[in-house]
Amino acid sequence: MSEISTETTSTDTVTRAEICAVACAEIFEGAGEIMASPMSPMSILGARLAKLTTEPDLLLSDGEALLFAETPPIGGKSPIEGWIPFRKVFDVVASGRRHVVMGANQVDRHGNQNLSAFGPLQQPTRQMFGVRGAPGNTLNHATSYWVSRHNKRTFVETVDIVSGVGYDKIDPDNPAFRFHHLHRVVTNLGVFDFDGPDHTMRARSLHPGVTADEVAENTSFEIAGLAEAGESRRPTAEELRLIRDVLDPKKVRESEVPA
Amino acid sequence: MRDKRMSLDEVVGELRSGMTIGIGGWGSRRKPMALVRAILRSDITDLTVVSYGGPDLGLLCSAGKVRKAYYGFVSLDSAPFYDPWFAKARTSGALVAREMDEGMLKCGLEAAAARLPFLPIRAGLGSDVFNFWDGELRTVTSPYPGENGKPETLTAMPALNLDAALVHLNIGDKHGNAAYTGVDPYFDDLYCLAAQRRYLSVERVVETEELVKSVPLPSLLLNRMMVDGVVEAPGGAHFTLAGDDYKRDEKFQRHYVESAKTPEGWQQFVDTYLSVSEDEYQAAVRAFATKEA
Repeated sequence: MSEISTETTSTDTVTRAEICAVACAEIFEGAGEIMASPMSPMSILGARLAKLTTEPDLLLSDGEALLFAETPPIGGKSPIEGWIPFRKVFDVVASGRRHVVMGANQVDRHGNQNLSAFGPLQQPTRQMFGVRGAPGNTLNHATSYWVSRHNKRTFVETVDIVSGVGYDKIDPDNPAFRFHHLHRVVTNLGVFDFDGPDHTMRARSLHPGVTADEVAENTSFEIAGLAEAGESRRPTAEELRLIRDVLDPKKVRESEVPA
Repeated sequence: MRDKRMSLDEVVGELRSGMTIGIGGWGSRRKPMALVRAILRSDITDLTVVSYGGPDLGLLCSAGKVRKAYYGFVSLDSAPFYDPWFAKARTSGALVAREMDEGMLKCGLEAAAARLPFLPIRAGLGSDVFNFWDGELRTVTSPYPGENGKPETLTAMPALNLDAALVHLNIGDKHGNAAYTGVDPYFDDLYCLAAQRRYLSVERVVETEELVKSVPLPSLLLNRMMVDGVVEAPGGAHFTLAGDDYKRDEKFQRHYVESAKTPEGWQQFVDTYLSVSEDEYQAAVRAFATKEA
């Protein structure tokens, strides 16, 4: 076999961004033949890495209206396999055959998320996008979050506006909520889910070099399992090759998580 | 068959203050910007706007013409993403926001198109959308119990009935048959089906025979029953993108954002681009492109 000892596939020099890319790929582990809808460069890199390794049946779009037949690098083109204009995306949302990775201006311990605005509903102090598709995404299919800067302003006691629905908003007597599932939160510090007591945020792993204290100092609420959390998985040589040589040779990933 | 060709200002002459107006396109994509500019030249105000919002909503907010807005999002689709005039209107409390999930907007237009009072949808439950609507938004419980005997209670998305719809497509005839080119129809047919009065601007008006030969059949988004007025407006979606005709004018959109930062900057933008006819706007835009090249 050819050597994989070249500079670009060395696992000795793994960056934080590369750890994050693998953690974003693992969001889609076992997802099967559904539409992966990552909304930022790091989660796009993760979804494409998953498709090229363990999840070949994922559907990926160009973010506009075309379904890729192949898996291009970030910013690249690919032959297509289908058409997914915005109105058809809403059909997919309602079908449940989708896993979205959204960003978040705020997330609380129950997984409520805000990307709408800060401040009062009818006179905010800062306007962002509005709720976008977050209410429909979170009620219909698996939803994960990618946060490139884990800090207390993002991980808050209470979000200003609930655009993405958290576990404490679920009415157990109303089966309309039965598809709600928040799968992961991946940040520049670690990997989390909502399997803590009463569906609160729990640490699954911290990235190499990150301490529990660092996470606690950058989170406004207590995270379950923080002391017990192990280390996030390092990329394999093949994953590093795909990240560095195939999917992101221009290191777009470092625009979100500096090396 | 009726010749429905009109000028931009004739369309606006049929609109009234206080109307509920749906604006087609999506974010900064194929927005009927020439028609929006024509509204800015008029004294029409106190509008309720229904939109997948972009700089259309921003420009209307810049002139204080929006009383209430129904929207799934407001985005410029490229940096800095947030529309500065919509942000100012919101942070100053100048408009009543009926913010909703993006899918709810489609659902509300579909209800109006089918003359239904509401349609059920899952989106909205558990979120702050209900609080944005101040009691205007209700739930509905299914008459059919689910597997465990419990019925689902869902969002009862009310029909988004429009007094008027404004949309921009790529090619049409003088009767209101029209097509989009490019990758996405957006929701322009739904806006027209939801509205009492339907106004269409197109990049070019051609004979019907040429229209139907120019595009694949599924691209013929609008038929005569869906349109009351047709305006030929080349560049009419500028500075948003328009399918195969042109891309977004990113430099100009950034100029719009920068100009909104100071009263002086905005006055200059208004004088150069908005207090002028559409032809003068297009000439000024060409001059801007030459200067920036």
